[in-house]
Amino acid sequence: MLRRPAASPSRRFAPQDEGGWASRSTRHGGRGLAIYAVLYLAFLYVPVLLLPLFSFNDSAFIAFPLSGFTTKWYAAMAADEDMRAALGNTLKVGAAASLISTILGLLTAKVLARGIPGGAFFAGFASLPLFIPDIVLGIALLMLVTSLDIPLSLQSVIVGHVAICLPFAVAVLLSRFEGFDVALEEASRDLGETGWMTFWRVTFPLVLPGIVASLLLTFIVSFDDFLIAFFLCGTDTTLPVYIWGELRFPYKLPNVLALGSTILIASSALIALAEWVRRQGVSGQPRDPGIGI
Amino acid sequence: MAGAKSELRKTSGLARIRQALRRSEAARGYLLLSPAMAVLLFALAAPIALLVLYSFWKENGLVLDTTPTLAQYAAIASREGYRTLFLRSIAISSLVTLVTVALAYPMAYFVAFRVTRAKFVWLLLLTIPFWTSYLLRVFAWKVILGFDGVINSTLISLGLISHPLEFLLYNPTAVVVTLAHAYAAFAILPIYVSLEKIDRSLLEAAADLGDGPLRRFLRVTLPLSLPGVLGAAVVIFVPTTGDYVTPTLVGGSDGVMIANIIQVQFGRVNNWPLGAALAIGSMAAVAVIAVAFIQAARLAVARIR
Repeated sequence: MLRRPAASPSRRFAPQDEGGWASRSTRHGGRGLAIYAVLYLAFLYVPVLLLPLFSFNDSAFIAFPLSGFTTKWYAAMAADEDMRAALGNTLKVGAAASLISTILGLLTAKVLARGIPGGAFFAGFASLPLFIPDIVLGIALLMLVTSLDIPLSLQSVIVGHVAICLPFAVAVLLSRFEGFDVALEEASRDLGETGWMTFWRVTFPLVLPGIVASLLLTFIVSFDDFLIAFFLCGTDTTLPVYIWGELRFPYKLPNVLALGSTILIASSALIALAEWVRRQGVSGQPRDPGIGI
Repeated sequence: MAGAKSELRKTSGLARIRQALRRSEAARGYLLLSPAMAVLLFALAAPIALLVLYSFWKENGLVLDTTPTLAQYAAIASREGYRTLFLRSIAISSLVTLVTVALAYPMAYFVAFRVTRAKFVWLLLLTIPFWTSYLLRVFAWKVILGFDGVINSTLISLGLISHPLEFLLYNPTAVVVTLAHAYAAFAILPIYVSLEKIDRSLLEAAADLGDGPLRRFLRVTLPLSLPGVLGAAVVIFVPTTGDYVTPTLVGGSDGVMIANIIQVQFGRVNNWPLGAALAIGSMAAVAVIAVAFIQAARLAVARIR
């Protein structure tokens, strides 16, 4: 029994042992690949992390060397009333858009997961907003809203955001619905529960992590949107539209950096939370990356 | 049982409809789908239909002339400037697609085949920058590449250059770099999923039959991961052609893209029909290229197999 396992190729390439067959190529390109992965992460993170770095820099110019530590830009940001109003608008729009798109996504995903004649068509229709550039959807909605004589407002932004959020809500909830056993719902109905009670007592608790993840992801999609709000918000500026306006003034850049860093930290925390919640209990599907692609 | 039956007979018309629905699984399904579909009809189909209509109209001073005309499309076809803009937008986003996919493939390969334990952490690390404000990520590149930016100020303080390099910002290359960064997650995730799905015993078989690592990659791994690569290419190519923020912030006058000229029609120029025709034209061009690309790739895959 002291045979060396590496002598047998089938042992070395056993499918459950990925490290096994990888170890052979480690000699050739494995380390190179690991180095590449680290460099790639740096490429992703360095630009983003420059914002918090310079937000604490005691100079109105964004340049090295750093001149000193300050929190004055954060104080200036907190005192800016226009910014607070824009933040309030964005939070309102995000809350409404995420709630509406998640409810619609819940209904849609429930039906699509169980299968229905024409399901592929409806699934395609629901993911269509992903394939229409935001600029096109933005101007098209602007045309619709103005030709219906509806004044541009946060409500028109919400309508646009529900459209762009829906594919994400459906994708997240669909993976959740596909993960649980229909027999549980059937059992509940067989035991005499009404359809509504079955939903509340069986379906809802089972898909709850998906609902929370969908609410968080759609909130961020809405929170991050600039173009649709740019065309539809009228005078009720949302935060990205406000930031866009500020970018024109060089002396205001440090404030924008402070704001950007705050957004960065808040949305990273939200995403980590959404992923964590979504994965509660669906460890059987580790291959789902979790965003609607 | 008898009580239940009489109960049933007493029910009102509305309840009877409800029961009919409960009986028909499909009807109930369509009923549940209807709110989302209604919203999509109103917020997606109707606006796009109106966009198409607008593109056949004409701006006549301050009034809109709604007699159908191909004037906008004729104007786009006859003006050299628009053709250049279309070609440039498509060239830039093709390059972005190529660069983004090529950079992301080894990364996705690493997570799918080399990472054994903390895959979830890697995926989270790779997606977090993607979920943080798009506007600010693009802006970060302006800060890096700018005249007084991070690269220039670093090089000057190190004494490597005496004047800031001006070729970094405000050109198509800056747009490509910025978009390759902004759309990284769109490439990594689909490629990762298709690599992860590959049956490891196929790789084992290829190795047993004498293929070296490179041949095994070219003949097994790469063809099997092509669906992910194609998915990534389409998901990147379509939105980047219509990107507005990046060319505006880092593109300069040589990096102007189709979205900028569309936006101008709704702002300064105020010619909505022309803007609509430009939008339809760019969507059509993108759709044709994407479909042709997918067909070509399918043929290529069929040939490999």
